[in-house]
Amino acid sequence: MVTVHTLTLYGLIILFLPLVSFVYQIFFGRVLGPRGAWLSVGALAVTLVLSLTMLVSLFMGHEIAFTPEVLWFTVGDFSLTLGFQFDNISVVMLVVVAIISSLAHLYSIEYMRGDVRYTRYFGYLGLFTFSMNGIVLAHSLIMMYVFWELVGLSSYLLIGHWFEKDSAADAGKKAFLTNRVGDIGMFIGIMLLWTVTGSFTFQGLYELIDVESGNMFAGQMGLLTIAGVLVFLGAIGKSAQFPLHIWLPDAMEGPTPVSALIHAATMVAAGVYLTVRMFPILTPDALLVVGTIGAITAVLGALIAITQNDIKRVLAYSTVSQLGYMIMAVGMGAQQAAFFHLSTHAMFKGLLFLCSGSVIHALHHALVHEGDHSTDHQDMRNMGGLRSKMPITYITMLIGALTISGVPLFSGFLSKDAILAGTLAFAHEHHVWWANLFPIAGFGAAAITAFYMFRLIFMTFHGKPANAKVNAHVHESPAVMTIPLMTLAVLSFALFFTLPGLNPMSAEGWFAHLIHQMENLTGYAALSWEHLEHGFHEAHHLTVQLSFAVAGTGIMLAIVFYLLGWLSPAAWAERLKKAGLYQASFHKFYFDEIYDKVLYQPFLWLTDKIAWLDWDWWDQRFIDSWGRNTVKAGNASGWVDYFWLDQIVIDGIGRIIRWMGAVGRKMQTGRIQNYLMWALAGGLIILVLANSF
Amino acid sequence: MASLESYLFISLILFCLGLYAVMTRRNGVAVLMGIELILNAANLNLVAFNRFGGLAEHLPGQVFALFVIVMAASEAAVALAIIINLYKTFATVNVDEAHEMKW
Repeated sequence: MVTVHTLTLYGLIILFLPLVSFVYQIFFGRVLGPRGAWLSVGALAVTLVLSLTMLVSLFMGHEIAFTPEVLWFTVGDFSLTLGFQFDNISVVMLVVVAIISSLAHLYSIEYMRGDVRYTRYFGYLGLFTFSMNGIVLAHSLIMMYVFWELVGLSSYLLIGHWFEKDSAADAGKKAFLTNRVGDIGMFIGIMLLWTVTGSFTFQGLYELIDVESGNMFAGQMGLLTIAGVLVFLGAIGKSAQFPLHIWLPDAMEGPTPVSALIHAATMVAAGVYLTVRMFPILTPDALLVVGTIGAITAVLGALIAITQNDIKRVLAYSTVSQLGYMIMAVGMGAQQAAFFHLSTHAMFKGLLFLCSGSVIHALHHALVHEGDHSTDHQDMRNMGGLRSKMPITYITMLIGALTISGVPLFSGFLSKDAILAGTLAFAHEHHVWWANLFPIAGFGAAAITAFYMFRLIFMTFHGKPANAKVNAHVHESPAVMTIPLMTLAVLSFALFFTLPGLNPMSAEGWFAHLIHQMENLTGYAALSWEHLEHGFHEAHHLTVQLSFAVAGTGIMLAIVFYLLGWLSPAAWAERLKKAGLYQASFHKFYFDEIYDKVLYQPFLWLTDKIAWLDWDWWDQRFIDSWGRNTVKAGNASGWVDYFWLDQIVIDGIGRIIRWMGAVGRKMQTGRIQNYLMWALAGGLIILVLANSF
Repeated sequence: MASLESYLFISLILFCLGLYAVMTRRNGVAVLMGIELILNAANLNLVAFNRFGGLAEHLPGQVFALFVIVMAASEAAVALAIIINLYKTFATVNVDEAHEMKW
């Protein structure tokens, strides 16, 4: 039996153990050196065990819905609390974070071997895990915001881990600043909600914004929409949604396990997590914004991923696209499906990233062995034919690709189809033409996803090796790296999400059972599992058939282009170049260029002008003129002081005294007779005076 | 009839003559002689006041005058020694020519 106290204790341990790991690695990392990394892995293993314990107790039917809190500080009448929000969502999310984080730790032991900042790297991983757990456990928006910034910080530190490379340092800055844009919106949104309701906690907000029982925003639903969209801005930044998605692909400059942990599985999912938590108080209008942003991102990311050649960038854009899926699902009202996809995506995208890391690691070592330091070991054009060399990596990555493509028997099939069913149900319930765009975007992105994932697989593992000599030195990665791959591959099977009932189409699986539908409190009809199930039936298994069709089409196209070579990718690229489509995708739809033109250059121009104003006018003219005028005043005052006071008054006294001395000394003749004369005269005067008075 | 005033008058004339000699003479010996005159004027005063001042039986004025005479003798000795040295140094006895220490 898990009591409130044990649960709180578990929460504290899960939260702070990674922080202890961080403190150890940063301050005492030298004690054990690289071997100390195992301590971090151990700490993470403990959090995994505790998280799993909580999950198991959920299975055993214990209700976990507590909000233990302590007073943080009081200002006047207002007091702020720190606390944990224990419910099914946070427990599942804790397990996801713990699984991916501990596997990434384990994997990094080998992947980062020999790195100059080995212990610091593990320290930052610990800091990240601490912050991420903080987000998951936070019971209030303000506490979540604190940890939200902390994950931003640790993300910045880890992207810039190899800061000697300019591109890595720049990518870190870009990630941090882009997130900043979203976070400002989020903060304003939090304050807006607080101004009206006076509450920061989720429970408090749910209670105070309930159309049924007296909504604090009554009559101001427009304001609530704005507040919701502003808070969602934070999610746009963190989850790399259009138009702030530009930082995520650049974030791939960080070490690959970091990409897997932070930029694929957990941190970027924090935005989705926040949106799911906020779902009950988002108005229909706000949800429409959320859904639209998600749909745009899903398609955009997928389109860009087609033409990228860097293996990690393909996966990064794939992540952007998949996150768009989740956000879209929340917007549709299918927040259970969104959270489901978040969990499955964490497993298979973590898997894909770790696989790509394994390939990069192997290729890098082979290239270094050959003395080649210039070839890009992340470029898929330099790979090929690695299937026989790295069988475990190949098989696990194939599983990952099948999962993300939505092939049956794999978890992606379930979660993706739940989302697609959600979009269909949405279109079914909203009888307007644009409602149909959401399922179209969803299925379109699904087809493209299947295509680019298999393009990646075929370019990397099939075909002829780009360099036979290098290929000969490629070896399968050691067990420390393949064990996480195999673990995640196993977790990508649908089986684990459909127990105990094995029917993937039912709403009876444990996940569906655990993740309760949250009521939208602003009067929006949310889509429950039953709704989604109904959606399947409504469309007469249309969803399933369509999913099969789009996934099959994507995979077949990839086979035709990249495996069999019936159609030449280069020729088609040329053909599409004429229409400008290829270029648009290859250059990521010119987002960076547009931002450069529309935002950075005007901004730099503005700062330049402001700097001119500040330096040339304010500083040089105003501030420095104080100096110049002070010098002038000083000179004048000095002149008065020297030529008047000093020379005339002070020296004048001296001159008068000297003159008097010069006159007076003439009396001192040295002749005794003269003195006698004076004495006589004096005597006579005294005599006369004495007699006259 | 000899009165106090007549003595004092003679004493005054002696004093003035002495003073005049001291102030006008350049010769050191003459100056010394002027000083002797002044001293004797004082002596005359002392004796006269003793005689007419009601103090005759104790003779303080005469005793004082005797001391002055003795002192004047020794003073003359010292002064003449100075004048001799002056003459040796400057080959003159004119006091106003001895102005080596003047500014």
